[in-house]
Amino acid sequence: MGTRYSFGGEDHVFVEVDEEMSLDAFFTSLSMTNAVRESRIKGVTEICPANASYQIRFDPDLISPSDMLAEIKRLESAAAKSAGTLSTRIIEIPVYYNDPWTHQTLMRFRERHQDPTGTDLEYAARVNGYASVPEFIEAHSGAPWFVSMVGFVAGLPFMYQMVERAKQIEVPKYLRPRTDTPKLTVGHGGCFGCIYSVRGAGGYQLFGVTPMPIYDPKQEVSYLKDFMILFKPGDIVKFKPVDRDAHDATVELVNAGRFEPTMRPVAFSLDEFHASPAQTNKKLLEALHGA
Amino acid sequence: MALEILKPGLSTTVQDLGRPGYYHLGIPESGAMDKASLAAANLLVGNPEGAAGLEAVFQGPEVRFDQDAVVAVCGAQMPPKVDGVEQPGWTSFAVKAGQILSFGFLKSGARAYIAVSGGIDVPVVLGSRSTYPLGALGGFEGRALKAGDRVKLGTESRGGKPGRSVPENLRVEMKGTSELRALPGLYWHRLTDEAGKTFFDDVWKVAPEADRIGYRFRGGRALSFVPRKQPFGAGSDPSNIVDSCYPYGSIQVPGGTEPIVLHRDAVSGGGYFMLGTVISADMDLIGQLQPHQPTRFVRVDMETALKARAERKAKAQRVRESLS
Repeated sequence: MGTRYSFGGEDHVFVEVDEEMSLDAFFTSLSMTNAVRESRIKGVTEICPANASYQIRFDPDLISPSDMLAEIKRLESAAAKSAGTLSTRIIEIPVYYNDPWTHQTLMRFRERHQDPTGTDLEYAARVNGYASVPEFIEAHSGAPWFVSMVGFVAGLPFMYQMVERAKQIEVPKYLRPRTDTPKLTVGHGGCFGCIYSVRGAGGYQLFGVTPMPIYDPKQEVSYLKDFMILFKPGDIVKFKPVDRDAHDATVELVNAGRFEPTMRPVAFSLDEFHASPAQTNKKLLEALHGA
Repeated sequence: MALEILKPGLSTTVQDLGRPGYYHLGIPESGAMDKASLAAANLLVGNPEGAAGLEAVFQGPEVRFDQDAVVAVCGAQMPPKVDGVEQPGWTSFAVKAGQILSFGFLKSGARAYIAVSGGIDVPVVLGSRSTYPLGALGGFEGRALKAGDRVKLGTESRGGKPGRSVPENLRVEMKGTSELRALPGLYWHRLTDEAGKTFFDDVWKVAPEADRIGYRFRGGRALSFVPRKQPFGAGSDPSNIVDSCYPYGSIQVPGGTEPIVLHRDAVSGGGYFMLGTVISADMDLIGQLQPHQPTRFVRVDMETALKARAERKAKAQRVRESLS
């Protein structure tokens, strides 16, 4: 990894931890942004971790750009040592794969897709070497995902699956972006999964929909009353395939204010994960479904 | 104690000076695109500079007042009228209960800022009254105003008087060709030397789809990239990167063809390389650019960016002093 520093205008420091995506790069980004937050550097206004990079916005009237850069570089070595472990939580997200709403949308924008004759799921399964859509869904929902960035629009999680690189699902984005995507669509582009938090434009492949709101500016949803956004970088997500009936039942529970997401605190170690991804994920899933 | 919206204009939103602090969760700062003009309008009517006002793009709204108020319109030249009688811009004027504020055609600039004594009183969400329509957040029900809306007025005014003016030399100045100063950086190294040169040499034009999220430009030569094997996770197009944060003012060029400068309602991140950033002193100006406006990007260094920032601050102070 080669860390690269740059300025975004006179009021942002932009740091690329690595050109390519990896869990290690993400962990460095997360621990660096945590270190910046904890060090309470004067003049910092926004601290934004991303997949393999991060950005700090500051007020140059309070601290000069060169001083700000020096402060961040000073934190780098300390953060590198603590980069390997994380106390976080695992959240189960029900997904109705191949649902009628995203299906209707993907058919509507078929001429913008690499494979106008099939569906996004069929295409993704094929280009990733799966014999069938159900096998692909099994891989997509089998191993958990790290929320490696929240953004693009309010509350949208970018997710990176916790598997060896050879097993990473990779799918190109649409040839030309769609002008519409249903709210709560579970999508995928490049090596990243996402959940569209609001309805709008998008270029990711469409796999299904979750009945569980993840952004609620009115803060009426029971579990979004404290804060309107569910996800934060470092959360771990496990998708759970559900059918139409289970989807509809969850929607009803949400509307009645009685849905509580399945969510458990977990500890994650990057070294343990590298030693055995399968074993680490097994432990995470036990924690999710344990007592 | 309210404004009744008779006609909303093209897109009129409630804005203050923004909602910093939540960009890491994808919520942009929002707020007036031309902050200096909103601040000036507020000062004219005796409001705090950061009070919420209305931002009207290209076309003004038609509004009935149900109480007496002092009003000022700054920014774009779009003559305000009270019951059909034209009022000067950059100058406070009185509106009586029952009177209607409307606007003539846009003459220059793009966004007019309407401040009303007392300020617009919508709920404060995450520290701001600004509207973020994409997230249905803040402002009036999280959206642009519609006919029939009743927008409440606040009481946080220190008693503005009609007939006060911002001196001519402190107003927004529009030129034939606009210049946006930009600091190269971020993923600048992805461009060939040739592309790095043509980007600053060419005259670009504002594209019709320019909005609060970002201003798109077209008409310059396509940019070429230094060849490389795309990094894992970056996507296949040479303009793709592993999705990163996007600084405010950053200039992304999807496919190397049409630069987009992200503005107050910016998408907070994504997978397109950025070649640099428009300096913060020139962000207000972008909010006043009309579609087809010829624009050049001017390459500057950090020292110039900081100097421009200080000059902008000094100008704001002169506006304050002229109205105190």
